[in-house]
Amino acid sequence: MTTTILTPATVATKPGALQRLAQLLRDMASRPSGAVGLFLVLLHLLVAILSPWLVPYDYKTISATLILAPPDALHWFGTDQLGRDVFTRTLLGGREAILVTLVATPIAVTWGGLLGIYLGLVGGRIDNVVMRIVDAFLALPWILKMLLLIVTFGTGIEVLIPTLATFYGIPVIRIARAAAHNVVARDFVLASRARGHGKFTIISRELLPNVLDALMVEGAMRWSWMLLAFSSLSFLGFGVAPPNPDWGLMIADARTFLAIAPWAGLYPIVALSSLIIGINLTADALAKALGVDRAQKAPI
Amino acid sequence: MLRMVLQRLMLGVVTVALVSLIIFAGVELLPGDACTAVLQRDAHGQRLINCRKELGLDRPAYVRYAGWAAGAVRGEFGVSANSDTRISELVGDRVKNSLLLGICALAAGLPLAFLFGILAALKRDKALDLVVSGLAISAMTIPEFVSATMLILVFSGWLGWLPGIVLTSANAPVAKFFPEIILPVVVLSMVMTAHILRTVRSSMIEVLDSDYVRMATLKGVPYRSMILRHVLPNALLPAINVVALTVAWLLGGVVVIETVFNYPGLGRLMVSAISDRDLALVQAIALIVASVYVVVNLTADLLTLVANPRLRTAMARHA
Repeated sequence: MTTTILTPATVATKPGALQRLAQLLRDMASRPSGAVGLFLVLLHLLVAILSPWLVPYDYKTISATLILAPPDALHWFGTDQLGRDVFTRTLLGGREAILVTLVATPIAVTWGGLLGIYLGLVGGRIDNVVMRIVDAFLALPWILKMLLLIVTFGTGIEVLIPTLATFYGIPVIRIARAAAHNVVARDFVLASRARGHGKFTIISRELLPNVLDALMVEGAMRWSWMLLAFSSLSFLGFGVAPPNPDWGLMIADARTFLAIAPWAGLYPIVALSSLIIGINLTADALAKALGVDRAQKAPI
Repeated sequence: MLRMVLQRLMLGVVTVALVSLIIFAGVELLPGDACTAVLQRDAHGQRLINCRKELGLDRPAYVRYAGWAAGAVRGEFGVSANSDTRISELVGDRVKNSLLLGICALAAGLPLAFLFGILAALKRDKALDLVVSGLAISAMTIPEFVSATMLILVFSGWLGWLPGIVLTSANAPVAKFFPEIILPVVVLSMVMTAHILRTVRSSMIEVLDSDYVRMATLKGVPYRSMILRHVLPNALLPAINVVALTVAWLLGGVVVIETVFNYPGLGRLMVSAISDRDLALVQAIALIVASVYVVVNLTADLLTLVANPRLRTAMARHA
């Protein structure tokens, strides 16, 4: 790990937050893959925000005469098995997924990150007990944990956001704890302890600034995994409820007709894949720009 | 050494025990139980009380947990609420099918992952590496249901070479699953290969950049023997843990692929058990999958410990 350690001296002379963000984005965009990733993510965010004003049709209007009609001048992406406009539904199909995951990701990274840093600092019995519980939760397949709650409480945003935020925060604990371990033994933390600072001060002033880079990269990756989970749930019928448009749901619906009407499935496939690839390229670029090693990540 | 192995084993046992507590408590805390699931709208008054008495749900939670855990240790999980079949019987076939799928995917994916991971690292930033790494990233990021759907469209819909979905029943003999199993195996091994390949590649690169490899090069050790004797043994150790995580994932988490291909594995049984609120079955599957995860990871830890003397002494000093 080549994370740069912010010493008090560099902290004192650091440029404003906005300037640093601009510099970070420039660093990320300096590689072609990072530029492509940022472009894809921004494009998707823009479409998600503006799509209600962009779409030419109503997403739920059914038409008996337009069932699985191929693309033409009126319906650019064709129509689906109920005669609904695929262009309209593809533009709108990412909104709920993006909204849910964009809210849940910061919550997950925040609570998992803070708990992990705290455990890395205090160690001892609390650390041991919590990490055993973390291990136990990680041993259970994600879909089982999610489905149990979703089947019981429903598939609305108010269930999906807390569920995703809770379960996707658990692996973050491990990452943050390991990152904090690398810092805890350093002299400036010892100095802070010697000055008689409390745990809160040590965490917020010494540990958090040094673990933040790793957490940001982790957050970007969590976002892509969460999106994957969300659309998988929709695909399985446990996510967005019809007739609301969602990529996972559209792909599931179009699967049966894929051989005769590929357009109903291919456009949502392209949309979903491009967003997930975009996030991953962005996460890679972020990791490289911040000097965080994300190569040895486990596939969960 | 023995103490460390015992310590790891104890940790594994503790984790499985915790998992069983979490599963039991989770199912317990959620609203509804086996009786409300079976009776549905009639779940009130005397019928509910009778049903609970019959299934023993009126006993306190810790008594039921003890009974359930004692049964689980013997591999006996009771009777499925919805189909009146013994759970061990119901799960047995599915475990076998999931194993079959997992072993085929491993057999296809592992050699490819190691071969191309090593080659990509040796030809770093050359055309081969860029192609392999690019493919790996796509395989990792594109959702499984998307790649599965595309493969079905191409190989089953357009070319007609392979069956697109599995129609074989869950208790059929292994040979019956061919050739239907081929497409699910391909999708599964794509994802798996990508993850292992990336780990192999990056740990190879780390070793290739290390001081002792530079030293060996300067000393004039021939390229071939340097790669075989100095680089590979050190670079492949970290792969053990990723392979273990992948194996654990193969045996429990492939719900989406099983659903797309209608494959009768453990994952699909899990989803239908949750949808039907067959809580006893859910608990059984959860415990089995989690135990597999713990055992596989434990094995990987021990293997790493045996294979890497440095880790052994480092940990002994630490303890």
